Amino acid sequence: MRWLLLKDLRLLRRSPLLTGLLIVYPVAIALMIGLAVSSPPGKPKVAIYSGVVKGQGKLSFGSSKISVGKYANELYASVNPIFVHSPAAAIAEVREGRAQAALIVPHDITAQLDDLIRNGVGNPTVEVVLNDHDPLERALVNGLIQTRIDSVEGAVSRQILKVAVSDLQLVLTGGSINLLGANYSLLGLQAAKSIAEHAAAALPRGSPLAAQLHRVVRFATLATEGLAFAGPALGGLATPLTVHRVELDGHTTPTATYALAITVAVSLMFVALLLGSAMIALERAENTYRRLVRGMVSPASLLTEKTLVAGGCGAAMALVLAAVVSAFVPLEWGRFELWVVTIGLAGFAFGALGVALGSLARDLSAASLLAIGVALPVTFVALIPHNVVSSGVGTLLDVVDFAFPFRAALDAVSNALSGTGGGLLGECLHLLLLAVVFGALGRLALRRFDLA
Amino acid sequence: MSVLSASGLSRSFGARVAVRDVSFSLEAGERVAVVGPNGAGKTTLLSMLAGALEPSGGSVARLAGRATGWVPQQPALYRRLTVLENLRLFARLERLDDVDGAVARMLEVTGLAPRAGELVARLSGGNVQRVNIAIGLLADPSVLLLDEPSSSLDPRQRQRLWEFVAGLATGGTAVLYSTHHVLEAERYADRVLVMADGELLFDGAPGVLSEGAGLDFEGAFVDFLRERGH
Repeated sequence: MRWLLLKDLRLLRRSPLLTGLLIVYPVAIALMIGLAVSSPPGKPKVAIYSGVVKGQGKLSFGSSKISVGKYANELYASVNPIFVHSPAAAIAEVREGRAQAALIVPHDITAQLDDLIRNGVGNPTVEVVLNDHDPLERALVNGLIQTRIDSVEGAVSRQILKVAVSDLQLVLTGGSINLLGANYSLLGLQAAKSIAEHAAAALPRGSPLAAQLHRVVRFATLATEGLAFAGPALGGLATPLTVHRVELDGHTTPTATYALAITVAVSLMFVALLLGSAMIALERAENTYRRLVRGMVSPASLLTEKTLVAGGCGAAMALVLAAVVSAFVPLEWGRFELWVVTIGLAGFAFGALGVALGSLARDLSAASLLAIGVALPVTFVALIPHNVVSSGVGTLLDVVDFAFPFRAALDAVSNALSGTGGGLLGECLHLLLLAVVFGALGRLALRRFDLA
Repeated sequence: MSVLSASGLSRSFGARVAVRDVSFSLEAGERVAVVGPNGAGKTTLLSMLAGALEPSGGSVARLAGRATGWVPQQPALYRRLTVLENLRLFARLERLDDVDGAVARMLEVTGLAPRAGELVARLSGGNVQRVNIAIGLLADPSVLLLDEPSSSLDPRQRQRLWEFVAGLATGGTAVLYSTHHVLEAERYADRVLVMADGELLFDGAPGVLSEGAGLDFEGAFVDFLRERGH
């Protein structure tokens, strides 16, 4: 086996262009995937026209005011705004491709909102103009603007409820209010009831006013009790849902490290798969397979040798890649031995898969095509968040993840590089199991050619 | 002395029978040609004799302690390695005691010494076939099995090949070769095995086949097959 191994390494050295491509191509793909996964979406360009005169973007409710401008600023911060001076100019920006969307706010939007709040009439409307050239981009911009509009709506609703609860409290318990710069004292239902009770008690027995005052006391009692429940209920509606966010310590892989793990796993997979499949296919293309297995080496040894070369080359390349990238991404160098173990095992599993695929194919080009054909969907399946698809599809994705080494390799490498998360042993055993299974499949596939 | 014998050798691929109940033996220094039309089962028979293909039935007996050399029809070597690297690799895989000695001997007998450092990919078809044969001879086999050895060679290269084979036989190596050029069988073989549709129809000296037919060897061969329904 040693001589075959040396022969394969010599053949690789004799093909610098092929070897270079074999390294550059997967690394380029891996870096692109890693960057795409780790980078947040860029800010879209949005043309904005606001007809609201400066200083008039405020809504008043009783003693409180809402600044719509504050929420508009939040929207501007989440996009690259292009401020224009007319609705037509905003539309032109989109039409000419300088902006992906336009937001047109009419001059009377605050008046429309005020009318809706106070009188329950009207339908305050802002106009969003989207470029329909790219559906994905359109969905992204639309979602972004809608989120900001939702936050303005939510803020207005909360503020109205807050004012309503405050005014209700004033009616119940009394207090002072400011009208036109002057403070006025408000009695409140509870105090009014108490005064009416005292007045009724002070009246001479049989006074006709006593019955009237008792009616006032009964009303005040009922109103106080009823409104005492209404206050907290309205207050609850003002903040309908509180989200409590919890970050679990020690089990979250940093995004940059995860992106590097993806880069390492993808490069490793491509190199090991392509090499494994090509090397076993080459033995048949050169007609040497039959010569080798008639007593020189067993088919199992031949498969093992190819798996070791493919996995070893892939792992060496992946380790160098991780070491180079560690200059930019902080990695746990103290766990270097775990890098070697996980990347080595992953390489072994990918190599075994590549050799099995190469054993299935009849020639070199079919073997390479088969390897790429398997690698791409397996990668994308592993990178799809399984919780965003239906449960049936999620189960299917889980099965694919389990049946191929990419997911286990990604998890193992990610854990080894970042020093977070558990289950490293389970992932390593998974990779080992897959290597054995693909080795057996490769042997079965080769039997087809033994018998031919 | 018999150096190889086949007894009731058969091989099927699914429902198709490629070789049916073939028996014969080879003596040391004998040159035997296997002839027959395309699809007669020649390559399958040689592959089973070489141990590269498991027979479905029957058995092959080889001389104990001696290797069987096999030269498949398509050159089985690494084109991105040099002649020397190919010979060294296969000598090591054959676990020969004296790798360098065996390689030097093969370079000498095949006349490839001046081309030892060249990549096989850059050699002519004839020289590639010589490397192919050299690999088959590395282990100093008692029997050399050649599958259509002259098919890719020009007349001059063919002449050299048969001279080389004659030299091997003179040295005591039994040579069994398949060919569909029946004249090569008549000219260079001591014995011919005629196969058709997987069956061995004739086993004897070339002269016996054409004896009394009033035809040349090729005509007698075609006549022989026609008489037997092939």
